[in-house]
Amino acid sequence: MAATSGLATIPVAASGTNWRRIGVAVAIAAALVLPWLVSDYRVFQFTLAGSYAVALLGLNLLTGYNGQISLGHGAFFAIGGYTAAILMHRLGVPYYLTILPAGAAAFIVGVLFGLPALRLENLYLALVTLSMAVATPQFLKYFDHWTGGSQGIVLRKPAAPTWLPIGNDKWLYYQMLVVLLIVFWAGSNLLAGRTGRALVALRDHPISATVMGINPVFYKTCAFGVSAMFTGIAGAMAAIATGFVAPDSFNVFLSISFLVGSVVGGIATVAGAVFGGFFIQFIPNLANDISDAAPWAIYGLFLLAFMYAMPTGIAGFIRTMAVRYAPKFRTAVGEQPTSQPGSHS
Amino acid sequence: MAGALLEVEGLRAAYGPSQVLHGIDFAVEEGGITALLGANGAGKTTTLRAVCGMVDRSGSIRFGGQPIEKDSTESIVGLGVAHVPEGRGTFVKLSVEENLRIGAYGRRARDGVAADMERMYQHFPKLAERRTQQAGTLSGGEQQMLAIARALMLRPRLLVLDEPSFGLGPLIVASIFEIMGAVRRDDRVSILLVEQNAALALELADRAYLIETGRVVMSGSAKDFRDNEQVRRSYLGY
Amino acid sequence: MTQLTQQILSGVATGAIYASLALALVMIHQATESVNFAQGEMAMFSTYIAWSLVQVGTPFWIAFVLTVVISFIGGVLIERIIVRPVENAPVLSHVIVFIGLLVIFSAVAGWIFTYTVKQFPSPFPTKPLLGGAVTGHDLGVIGVTFVMLILLFLFFRFTPLGLAMRAAAQNPESARLVGIRVGWMLAIGWGLAAAVGAVAGIMVAPILFLDPHMMSGVLLYAFAAALLGGISSPGGAVLGGLIVGVLENLVGTYLIASELKLTMALALIIIVLVVKPSGLFGAHAVKRV
Repeated sequence: MAATSGLATIPVAASGTNWRRIGVAVAIAAALVLPWLVSDYRVFQFTLAGSYAVALLGLNLLTGYNGQISLGHGAFFAIGGYTAAILMHRLGVPYYLTILPAGAAAFIVGVLFGLPALRLENLYLALVTLSMAVATPQFLKYFDHWTGGSQGIVLRKPAAPTWLPIGNDKWLYYQMLVVLLIVFWAGSNLLAGRTGRALVALRDHPISATVMGINPVFYKTCAFGVSAMFTGIAGAMAAIATGFVAPDSFNVFLSISFLVGSVVGGIATVAGAVFGGFFIQFIPNLANDISDAAPWAIYGLFLLAFMYAMPTGIAGFIRTMAVRYAPKFRTAVGEQPTSQPGSHS
Repeated sequence: MAGALLEVEGLRAAYGPSQVLHGIDFAVEEGGITALLGANGAGKTTTLRAVCGMVDRSGSIRFGGQPIEKDSTESIVGLGVAHVPEGRGTFVKLSVEENLRIGAYGRRARDGVAADMERMYQHFPKLAERRTQQAGTLSGGEQQMLAIARALMLRPRLLVLDEPSFGLGPLIVASIFEIMGAVRRDDRVSILLVEQNAALALELADRAYLIETGRVVMSGSAKDFRDNEQVRRSYLGY
Repeated sequence: MTQLTQQILSGVATGAIYASLALALVMIHQATESVNFAQGEMAMFSTYIAWSLVQVGTPFWIAFVLTVVISFIGGVLIERIIVRPVENAPVLSHVIVFIGLLVIFSAVAGWIFTYTVKQFPSPFPTKPLLGGAVTGHDLGVIGVTFVMLILLFLFFRFTPLGLAMRAAAQNPESARLVGIRVGWMLAIGWGLAAAVGAVAGIMVAPILFLDPHMMSGVLLYAFAAALLGGISSPGGAVLGGLIVGVLENLVGTYLIASELKLTMALALIIIVLVVKPSGLFGAHAVKRV
């Protein structure tokens, strides 16, 4: 799991301190080496974990940084996944060309959804998005002409070019790693700059932020759109990697597992998305041996435990430890907006 | 000060990190009326809230000889302390009658609630006219009467009043103070009063304390206060 | 015409169930300004308790009463132990804790009772009545809900405890100053909500069959009902539930395929929140930002 702690430092790259750069470099190096150290099946799992990390970055941007609670990001994941699957299966588009359209589709739906959401208090936004998550599978089944109904769509998994001496899983892993790095690079730049400060300001002090000239309609709608786009891209990545989409895999529990990953990783952090991605990919696997229901029981307990004991998540915890034990780190982390889940209402 | 109903010594209180009271001493005699005077922000309301356990406090508070500084608000109410808070604390969506009935919630003796309610309607005939109305529809003066009546429904030994004249016209204030005088005679209730209108408060009270920035800077009988040149100039305005 | 009557009556029956769950949501919202997302799963779990009692040979109505009592105690304990620590925390913390509860109830039900769908007995005759216009179960559901609503109304209106709970919900600080233990009022509110939810679960289980995901759709309709009626109004929630139930049946029969029922509920929720956030009978609006 060397990659886990290494990747954590990706988000802090923006401030240009050495600690962060070293961290990012180590993380990328570890991620490059990783597929050669584990079985092909594990490589596939890491690919999926990466797609979850991208989805969680989208959720953290919206819920963590901007304070708009979403319990329905599984729906945007579904939009991305189905867009990619339909393009590949019905229209014969090559898989690597489906990722951007998937992001674009989710972006459009996100913006459309974000407009009414602007008028809702947090609690009611949570209620609406939870309802959206509950309604998603039924909705997908209904349009069976496009979605294949409850059977879903089976896709051919992309094969590595014959001239490359690596297996299909590794090939896919590296491609998805590139997508992940691009999204995280874009996301952390966005959040480290003007936009990030505007989002946080709107979360913590909505009235003074508006008075200071930050346009809430623009930024909050954009946050919804970009957040949905990241999660849509993640959905496409996951669909390509698993080679299968079906309505029941996009049920309310997918959305809830995103919330779990977000809270466990650290909801108002970039690095937390990576920890969260690993968490929701690997923890259920470990628990599955006990019972089918065990992963969910563990998710629930983690939600409560993190809420009471470690509200800034793993990323926040590492940051606190780093500040305590490595004084030099302080400058490196000082300006990162951290927040307990909902230290704003 | 033996025999006092409420004795407070070295009372300190804070809202989070900011200390508001820095050791306050005062007492309310059995059957007496004590007024706390002072400018806005001096800590008068906080003193009342500290007595009733509504803020974190330390120091010694004895009620009827019994220490209550560690008790919860609800248990202090159960001992017979009725507090009419700043802003009157009306249950605006309950009817006038329900407001009175809820006032008796904390009292030990359950009998006689209906009789006490009738007594309140005699004290405050306005409330009788409006007994089925939602309390939120009452005027400010009527709500103040309702608040005092609600507090009396507890059959309290000590009535704690925070700015009963606030926002009311002079005629209504005068009638409310008249009623408070009557209540003290008839019900043998002691009163702890915080009041902006110092002249009025000193007319009713027998003891007074002047609070500035969380400390008692002067104490004495109401007469001493009225005769004091400086108090007259700063607080009574004549 | 008969079909229309039939649709309306069976809509009223399901509406009564939505109304119950909506009422449970509103009761907690009144006191705490938050929405318990786990209300549906708590009701589902209560229903499993009733099912287990019936399985071991308990007569239906005894199982019913026992389940309601157990749910009440469970609701009180959940408030005291799990919800209380975040009482004054921001909205997101509430949401996370409620979702945590939702997940735990769902998982524990799956763990103990498995995900196999189970039949749940109806205590009412299943044969059609009134010339086929309505089933015995539908009439029974309407009757049970009606009795429960009357009891709740009498409790809140005429008992000292009910009055104290209303006072605590309206003005917690002032309530403490008349000696009401506000924390316990919240806990009792949670207990009552859990008990009301249990009745809804037991009434709906013979129709939907019992499985750990049974209530998620019902919860969506209860959201819609509570918002339509006005989340600040218990009476509104009940009427909202009946309206949503009838609407669901009519729209499902005459307009939109029933496979889109949940999407319809979602649309209704969004429309109410955007167009009339106070709902039809609510006193004051859901705050907009």
